[in-house]
Amino acid sequence: MSERIGVYVCHCGTNIAGRVDIDEVVEFAKGLDAVTLVREYKFMCSDPGQSLIQKDIEDGLINRVVVASCSPLMHEKTFRNVCTRGGLNEYLFTMANIREQCSWVHVDVERTTDKAKGLIEAAVRRTRLQEPLTKREVPINPRTLVIGGGIAGIQAALDLAEAGKKVVLVEKEPSIGGHMAKFDKTFPTLDCSACILTPKMVSVGQHENIELMSWSEVEDIGGYVGNFNVTVRKKTRYVDADLCNGCGACWEKCPGTRVPRKGNVHEKLSIGPTTSIYIPFMQAVPAIPVIDADTCIRFKNGKCGICAEVCERNAINYDMEDELIEFEVGSIIIATGFQTFDPTPIKRYGYGKLDNVLTAIEFEIMNCASGSTGGNIRMADGSEPKSIGIVHCVGSRDKHYHEYCSRVCCMYALKYSHLIKEKIDAEVYEFYIDLRCFGKGYEEFYDRLLGEDVRFVRGKVAEITEVPIEEAEKGKLVVEVEDTLVGKVRRIPLDMVVLCTGLEAHESLADIAGLCSVSIGKDGFIIEKHPKLGPVATTTDGVFIAGACQSPKDIPDTVAQASAASSAVLSMITREKIEIESATASVDEDKCSGCKICNSLCPYLAIKYDEEKGVSVVNEALCKGCGTCAAGCPSNAISAKHFEDRQIFAEIEGILSA
Amino acid sequence: MKLKGGIYWGAGCGGCDVAVLDIHEKILDVAEKMDFLFWPIAMDFKNDDVRAMEDGEFDLVLYSGAVRNSENEEIAKLLRRKSKTMVALGTCAHIGGLPSLANYHTKQSILERVYSETESTVNPEGTMPLERSTVDGNELELPRFYNTVKTLDQVVDVDYYIPGCPPVPQQIVNALTAVFNGELPPKGSVIGAGTKTLCDECPREREEKEISEIKRPLNMIPDPEKCLLEQGLICLGPVTREGCGARCINSGAPCRGCYGPLEGVHDQGIRMISALASVIEPKEEKEIDAVLDGIVDPLRTFHRFSTAASILRRKKI
Repeated sequence: MSERIGVYVCHCGTNIAGRVDIDEVVEFAKGLDAVTLVREYKFMCSDPGQSLIQKDIEDGLINRVVVASCSPLMHEKTFRNVCTRGGLNEYLFTMANIREQCSWVHVDVERTTDKAKGLIEAAVRRTRLQEPLTKREVPINPRTLVIGGGIAGIQAALDLAEAGKKVVLVEKEPSIGGHMAKFDKTFPTLDCSACILTPKMVSVGQHENIELMSWSEVEDIGGYVGNFNVTVRKKTRYVDADLCNGCGACWEKCPGTRVPRKGNVHEKLSIGPTTSIYIPFMQAVPAIPVIDADTCIRFKNGKCGICAEVCERNAINYDMEDELIEFEVGSIIIATGFQTFDPTPIKRYGYGKLDNVLTAIEFEIMNCASGSTGGNIRMADGSEPKSIGIVHCVGSRDKHYHEYCSRVCCMYALKYSHLIKEKIDAEVYEFYIDLRCFGKGYEEFYDRLLGEDVRFVRGKVAEITEVPIEEAEKGKLVVEVEDTLVGKVRRIPLDMVVLCTGLEAHESLADIAGLCSVSIGKDGFIIEKHPKLGPVATTTDGVFIAGACQSPKDIPDTVAQASAASSAVLSMITREKIEIESATASVDEDKCSGCKICNSLCPYLAIKYDEEKGVSVVNEALCKGCGTCAAGCPSNAISAKHFEDRQIFAEIEGILSA
Repeated sequence: MKLKGGIYWGAGCGGCDVAVLDIHEKILDVAEKMDFLFWPIAMDFKNDDVRAMEDGEFDLVLYSGAVRNSENEEIAKLLRRKSKTMVALGTCAHIGGLPSLANYHTKQSILERVYSETESTVNPEGTMPLERSTVDGNELELPRFYNTVKTLDQVVDVDYYIPGCPPVPQQIVNALTAVFNGELPPKGSVIGAGTKTLCDECPREREEKEISEIKRPLNMIPDPEKCLLEQGLICLGPVTREGCGARCINSGAPCRGCYGPLEGVHDQGIRMISALASVIEPKEEKEIDAVLDGIVDPLRTFHRFSTAASILRRKKI
C-alpha cells in the first residue's frame, strides 16, 4: 500500500498564523511527495479539528498523518488518539512543531514561514518511513513502596492503605516522623506539631495494610513500572522487635552516651534519650530502641551488658546482623525529604565557633517541649537570653550556596519571634531580604507579628562577631548589617543568633534517584515529569515523588503533594494493566559482535549480555526507548524503533531541502 | 568461454595489486578462468587498448586506489563503461583510505608543502607542476590534481566492494571464487569480508567497558588477553567490519579501521566517537576532558581510513 499522507496545519489562533503564512505553507505541503491532502484549521486540537483528521482516515483518503502545530509534549497524545480512533496505527503519525520551535521564537514572517516549511517537509519525509508498532501491556502489582517516613511518606502511605492497597514504608531512621517530629509548633496556625503528627504515626504503625520497615534502607531496585523488584537492607537494631515492648528500661539504665555528657546546654540539645541504646524521641513509631554500636560500651570493649540484664523480655541480642529483604511492588513513591544547610562554611557567621549562634533546627529542638531544655530558650551557659537575632536566607538565595528560595524560612522565622515573645522577655530582631509570606494565613501571621514588638531589619547580615567596638558590645554577639531601609550600616549587640538555614536535597537523594532511574536537577532535587502539569510523576513510569525531595516545601504543600502522589498511584494500579513504550530498542543478532559497549549504557538496565550467543540482548519490557544504546552501538546492530537512522536522516534531509 | 578481467590502480600504493599476487599459486587457477586484458602494474597494456574494447566487454574489473586526479577519474569512467562488474578493491577505492587524509588540507597547501617546504626539497626556481607546459616546443599535459580525494563510488557506479588495506589474500580468493561461480550477493554489497564487526573474531576477553584513561601503543605493553579498548588503547575494532582475521590485534596493535564500517553505518569515525564517548568512565566535565585530552589527533585517529566516505568528506577551508 503506497503512502498517502495528510498534512494538517494548525493556526493555533494567532500563535502560529501571526508569524507563519499559512496559505503559503499549505501550498508548499501540497507539492511534497506522498502528500495527498493538506488542510488548515484554526485549532487542530479542538473537537472539529480532530474530527477533520479522523474523518479523512475513516474515508480512506489518507494512511499517514502529519500535524503541524505545537510541541509533541503538548498534543502528541491527542493526535495519536485521533489516529487510533480513526483506525490508523498511531505510530504512522508525526507532529511538526511550528509553534514552540518556530512561530514563538522568530519574528520575520518570511523566514519563519520558510522554517515551518522545513519542519513540515522533515515530518513528511520521516512519516513515509515510519512503521506501525504494537502497543504492549503489562500487569501492575498493586503494592507500593514508599521511601521515607516523614510527613510526606506517612501521608502517602496512609492514603494508599486506607484505599485498601498494600504499602511498604521504608525509613532509614529508627522511627518514622522525620523533621516534623522535631518541631514544637507549626506555622501559621501554631498547632502543636506532635499533636497532629503522632496520631498519623501511630496509624502507620498499626495499619494492617502498611508494612513498616524502619532503620532500613533501600539497597537495590530493578524492574519496571508495575513490576519493580526491591531489595531493602534492614539494619540491625540489636533488639528483637518481636520481643521488645518499648518499656524503656534499657535506655533509662544505659551508661553509654551518643552526645557529649559534659559541655554546655547547646551541645546536649536532643529530643530523645541521649544514651547509646535509644529511641529518637518518646513518641517514636515503632517504639523499639536501637543500639548505636559506635558509642555502646559493650561494642567498644565488651565490658557492659546492662541493657540485656534489665530487659525483662530478653529482647537484646548483641549478635544480630543486617538482613536483606527482597520483595516486589508495582509503584514507588520517593518521599525522602530534605536536610538543612550546614552554615559552617559561612565563616563570617561564626557557626560552630561562637557560642549562642544556633541553626534553625537546633532552635527548633530547644523549643520542643519534649526536648532536652524542656522547651525553654537558653543560652549555652544555661541563662535566659535578653535579645535574639534571627538571620534569614542562610544558604538560600545566595549564589555561593543555593540560588533558590527555601520557601519555609520566612515563616518559621516569624514563628520563632512569636515563640520567643511568648516564652521570655527578650528583644527580637528579624534580619530579612524580603519577607515571603505567600501561603494561606501566612500574610495574616506576619501582620500579627508586627503587633508583637518584633524589630524587622531589611538587609543581609554581613557578619556576626564577638569582637566589640563599643562598650555596649562587650560580651555580646554583634550583628553587622546594612539596614537598606534606613540606608546605613548598623551594629546590633545581641545575646543569641538563630541562623535560618535553608533546605537542601538530602545527601542520599542522588543515590535513591539513581536506584529509581530518575533525574536530579542542578539544584540537587528530583526533576518532576513536568513543572506544571506533572508535579508528582517522574520521567520513569511508576516512580512518583512527594514532599521536599522535589523542592523545598512547607507541611501543607508536602501533605498535598503526598496525597496527589498516592492518588496518582491509585489511578495507575486501579487500571490493573499498563501500556508500556512501543518504541523500544532491539538488537540485530546478525550484526551484534558482542563488543559489550552498550552493556553499561542502559539507564534502565534493560541490556544483558547473552554468553551463549555472544550477543547483547535488550529486554523490551524494561526498555524505555531512550536510544542511548542505539547511539552508542558501534556496529549499527541496535536500532531504536520509531527513531531508526533512516528515519532521522530523512528528517534531516527534509529540513535541509525545504 | 574464458572471462575477461582487468585490474587498475588509482591513487594508491600498489599494495592491493601485491595482495592479488599474494594469493600465490592460486593465481594460476584465476588465470585459468579469466584472461587479464589490463593490469598496468603487472603487464604492458595501454589505455587505448581499453578504449578499443566493446562496452561491457570486461566481465570483471578490480579498481584499487582512491580518485585523486583527473586521470584516475577518466580511467574509472572508462573501465566502468567497458565492464559488466566493477569492484572497488581495497580501502582507498572503498572509503578513501590513507590518501583521503589529504582532505584535511587543500590542493594548494599540499603542492606548496611537497614542492617547496619539505625538509628535503631543493627547488630554488620554485617550479610547480602545471597541467600544461611546453618543453622544447612540445606541449606536455599532466592530469589535474583535485582539491578533494574521492572514493570510487563517488565517481562511478560500483557493483561490489572488497575492503582492506590491503585486503587479505584469502578474501580476494573468496571474492573471485564468488564471481566465477556466479554466487554474488545483491549489488552494492561488500564481499570478501564478514557481516559483523571485528570484535566478533577478536580472541581477546571483553568486560563491560569503562575507560578512564586513553593510552597510545608507544606508551605501554598491552595485556595479551584483554580487550585493547578496555586497556585504554583506541581500537577501532568495534566499528570495523570483520574479515581480516584480526591480524593487528593479534600482534598487540589496536585496529585502525581499514576494513571500513558495517552495512548501514553512515560514518565509521563518528560511530567510534559516539561509542567511545558512551563508555568514558568519569562523569564530571573536567575529568571527561582530561580523558579526552589523551586522544592525540582525534580527526585522523577516528577517520584514518574513511575521511573521503565520512559525512563531512573533507575539512572545509
